Amino acid sequence: MTDWLPHIPRLISIEELDTEQVTAVLDTAEQLLPIAQRRRGSVPTLRGKVVCNLFLEDSTRTRLSFDLAAKRLSAEVINFSAKGSSVSKGESFKDTALTLDAMGVDCVVVRSGSSGAPLQLAGYLDVPIMNAGDGWHQHPTQALLDVFTMRRHLGDLTGRRVVIVGDVLHSRVARSEVQALKLLGAHVTLVAPPTLLPPAVQDWGVEVARDLDEVVADADVLYALRVQRERMHRAFFPSSREYARIWGVTGDRVARMKPDALVMHPGPMNRGVEITGDVADSDRAVITEQVTNGIAVRMACLYLLLASHPPRVEPCVPPAARTGEVA
Amino acid sequence: MSSPARILSADDVARMLKRLAHELLETNHGADGLVLVGIQTRGVPLARRLAAMIERIEGTEVPTGALDVTLFRDDLGSRGPKPIHPTDVPVDLQGRTVVLVDDVLYTGRTIRAALDALNELGRPDRIKLVVLVDRGHRQLPIRADHVGKNLPTAYGDRIRVLVADVDGEDGVVAEEVSA
Repeated sequence: MTDWLPHIPRLISIEELDTEQVTAVLDTAEQLLPIAQRRRGSVPTLRGKVVCNLFLEDSTRTRLSFDLAAKRLSAEVINFSAKGSSVSKGESFKDTALTLDAMGVDCVVVRSGSSGAPLQLAGYLDVPIMNAGDGWHQHPTQALLDVFTMRRHLGDLTGRRVVIVGDVLHSRVARSEVQALKLLGAHVTLVAPPTLLPPAVQDWGVEVARDLDEVVADADVLYALRVQRERMHRAFFPSSREYARIWGVTGDRVARMKPDALVMHPGPMNRGVEITGDVADSDRAVITEQVTNGIAVRMACLYLLLASHPPRVEPCVPPAARTGEVA
Repeated sequence: MSSPARILSADDVARMLKRLAHELLETNHGADGLVLVGIQTRGVPLARRLAAMIERIEGTEVPTGALDVTLFRDDLGSRGPKPIHPTDVPVDLQGRTVVLVDDVLYTGRTIRAALDALNELGRPDRIKLVVLVDRGHRQLPIRADHVGKNLPTAYGDRIRVLVADVDGEDGVVAEEVSA
């Protein structure tokens, strides 16, 4: 039994983590789950800390999840979204960052449509930065909550087979998911329309299959990605019906899966496109469980990031004394 | 750091636990209403062993539990990330006497956190504290009700209680940290 955990100074990309750090998040989340599920009361761990949710791209569930996670740990939460803030008046990203720093926040959770925004923010601020999704790049907490959910159902993920189907090209979830699964020793297969596969996918170290029907029978997890219409500015597939027929998670396909295999989706779902309603509502789907687990995993990340940083202490010296001037 | 010096043997620890069990039964007038709650990590096996001794002496089975205080500490960030262990107190605390059990009492900050953590679980009639070793240097107005051994130490010394379930053997060792 060890008495320490590895430091996790920031959470920008799963690429920056090793297996030990991912395991630390999952083990911590396991102990925090009763608090996330409200079977136990909130805890004072982050009392007096200010967590800023900087959401420059629309999000409901991720923002609410981070909000709840911080509050269950007794942090103060400030929400900063692009709409209705000075960002819509043209304030630069750097100035927004410096403003947050001057306000004395202890941690910034950032969601942005631009890949790389959290990394840029980390260059401006000394406090821990948590990526809540940036462009096509990464969505690390989603990947961590997904592997957490898988581990709770399947145990050790070494050698388990995870099939990820859908819009891999635009998916920050897929990028983070593949890296997290590989760190835990799982075998990943991607299935996607050829137009929705990233050009460098051969470097991801995963298998790519053309036909979903060929891989469902061996899968321990079938993970459906959302068709991200908001990121599609041209036609990537003929029609929603065609997509549902070839790449959709349907009742017929799920019926051919192993009895204990799981169906997962990061939400929000396009019912009838990437997943049928009956599968989403079936016992196989752990989609609502992913939401609750997400709170526990984000609590774990907040705890580990803030515990990895010395507390932010502002010197309590009046400005006049600092400069030696007499007011 | 010099090599660790053994202060108490496994037999010493066994005798202390036996005495502590008797003391608890004496001040509580029996085992009724007791629940032994060990503080993670080494307090947990110590609480279980105290309960086993109480059962041997009194013939009453006393419920035991585990309490993790990591989330209730006030020094986040100054000690690095610490693992969170399970909290499991299987009985309703209402109307009971909770006996907190820990290996070493030092600054008192762990006990302060434990009192807050217990408060979240319920409202016991009273809370008592049993420690195997009290090494002084309190930073808070906290004292133990029953102490295995008082070991006056220098502030920088390290006192380690070894518990068979965790460390493979029982005992108490001191590691002098040179200034």
